[in-house]
Amino acid sequence: MFRRIDKTADTVAITFDGIPMRVDIEQTVAAALLSQGISTLRTSVVCDRPRAPYCLMGVCFECLVTIDGIQNRQACMTVVRDGMAISSQSGARSLDEGC
Amino acid sequence: MALRKIEDLHLLDREYDLAIIGAGPAGMAAAAQAAAAGARTILLDENPAPGGQIYRSIERNSPARRAFLGNDYWKGKGVLKAFLQCDAAYLSQALVWSVEQGETDGKASVELRVSAGGKSSIVHARRVVFATGAMERPMPVRGWTLPGVMTIGAAQIALKSSGLVPDGRVVLAGSGPLLYLFADQLLQAGGNLVAVLDTTPRSNWAKALPFLPPFLVSSYLLKGLALLAKVRRSVPVFTGVGTIEVIGQDRATAIRFQAKGRTEEIDIDSAFLHQGVVPNNSLANATGCLLAWNDRQKCFQPELDTHGRSSLPAIYVAGDGGGIGGALVAEVGGRIAALAACLDLFPEKTRQIGPLLAKHEKRRRVLSRGRTFIDTLYQPAVAFRAPTDLETIACRCEEVTVGAIRDAAARNVVGPNQLKTMLRCGMGPCQGRMCTATITEILADVQQRSPADIGTYRLRTPIKPVPLREFASLPFTPDAVQAVTGDHSDRS
Repeated sequence: MFRRIDKTADTVAITFDGIPMRVDIEQTVAAALLSQGISTLRTSVVCDRPRAPYCLMGVCFECLVTIDGIQNRQACMTVVRDGMAISSQSGARSLDEGC
Repeated sequence: MALRKIEDLHLLDREYDLAIIGAGPAGMAAAAQAAAAGARTILLDENPAPGGQIYRSIERNSPARRAFLGNDYWKGKGVLKAFLQCDAAYLSQALVWSVEQGETDGKASVELRVSAGGKSSIVHARRVVFATGAMERPMPVRGWTLPGVMTIGAAQIALKSSGLVPDGRVVLAGSGPLLYLFADQLLQAGGNLVAVLDTTPRSNWAKALPFLPPFLVSSYLLKGLALLAKVRRSVPVFTGVGTIEVIGQDRATAIRFQAKGRTEEIDIDSAFLHQGVVPNNSLANATGCLLAWNDRQKCFQPELDTHGRSSLPAIYVAGDGGGIGGALVAEVGGRIAALAACLDLFPEKTRQIGPLLAKHEKRRRVLSRGRTFIDTLYQPAVAFRAPTDLETIACRCEEVTVGAIRDAAARNVVGPNQLKTMLRCGMGPCQGRMCTATITEILADVQQRSPADIGTYRLRTPIKPVPLREFASLPFTPDAVQAVTGDHSDRS
């Protein structure tokens, strides 16, 4: 959905739903995924409809993902780190997963 | 002197004179001003770097590399420099999720619960300034939850912080100064902008005209006109757009709208929406500060005196979080609130602080010229504040439609809080941030009451979800233990 207009020198390795990718450092998980052409990060909790980051400033909670086993992390407020494992969320959360 | 960047919650002092929440123009200026006045100051900010949204990534960006961000953005370098050189402590990526009033040695103080690096801790301060900034007013239209639809603010954040430009065919839709400012930035950055849909009601021009004279002397007039002309030369601009619908199955593929009595449809890869900004007042609301309805800006904002004192002792609000005024007004407002807090903390310094306060108040009056014109011209159309399309989603988290809310409103629901228990609107993870404005305006519309009378959701802490283990790791007061267990003993 987005493309980069300039490059920074350093990258880190992350995975999204198991797919490995290299992304620029010093950016949020949401921005990193958008730059890889990934916008749908979850499905909604009531009607199971696709949702994507919306505000990118921490107020809308549309970009909730599971990061390193912890659910409902705001992708737009979390900075990428080398080795980070990110996964999409489908519908409502459950208590027996990481919380 | 230099800013002390704190890397871990454990390295914080036990108590500060002043805690400031938010590192936008108001927060950075407040920190510099308070530190200069001798207050032991800490600034806590949720973002990884200072700047807030308006000066996002200001430390890393340079005019050489991203000139298109424009001179108003580069003004952030000045306030950043003063902040980086001041004698305050600074903790980034720190969420203040609760602020409670307390007493230390019989004097008012506050207790902040802060989450950073997967841990929570309590920070004590004698005074606190909320510099929590603005957020974009929701623009509920059919299809606004589809991937491919974001806010214009979000697109600008992606551009400022990561150098990201939307791929493919882009449409911008809405109203407010940011619409044309971002259109220009996007074009300069190489974006494929195919249309701008301006929803500013034509009737706003007549309403705004009486307020034009003070605006004529504001620096924004010429810049605004030049921007408009520039964008119109490059891209089709549709004005007086009345209704908007985003079309697509699993992502946005087209946008349909009405302009000049005709229905138009444009194929898109992404659409960005904007209806101005409103104070981000979640923390003030949850802390219990009284809020007041601003009928010109159509939003709730904390009740403040001219120096930023809220209805609660020890709590001050500065910048757009206390009422929308823009970056420069926010900066000077941060200085004023910090000085007011210092005045209340150190009455013996009245002679030094008094004249400074007067100087900054005068400056704020100058910078605020023309605000009424902008507010009146860009007051969002009622169609986007209190939508009538029954299928449009109003509460994105719990997927509650405009139809459900209008139906409940017609059954004499007493207010937003009762609506929550009936429909679950405002009960999802965003805690009502994305629907509260819409709910208030729909209730006011259906019940023919004023939004001031309808009110807004009563928020509770934590203002954002916090893992239970972080909650559990904090010490509990005897009152809190008794509230949960009913146990009067003080075994805890």
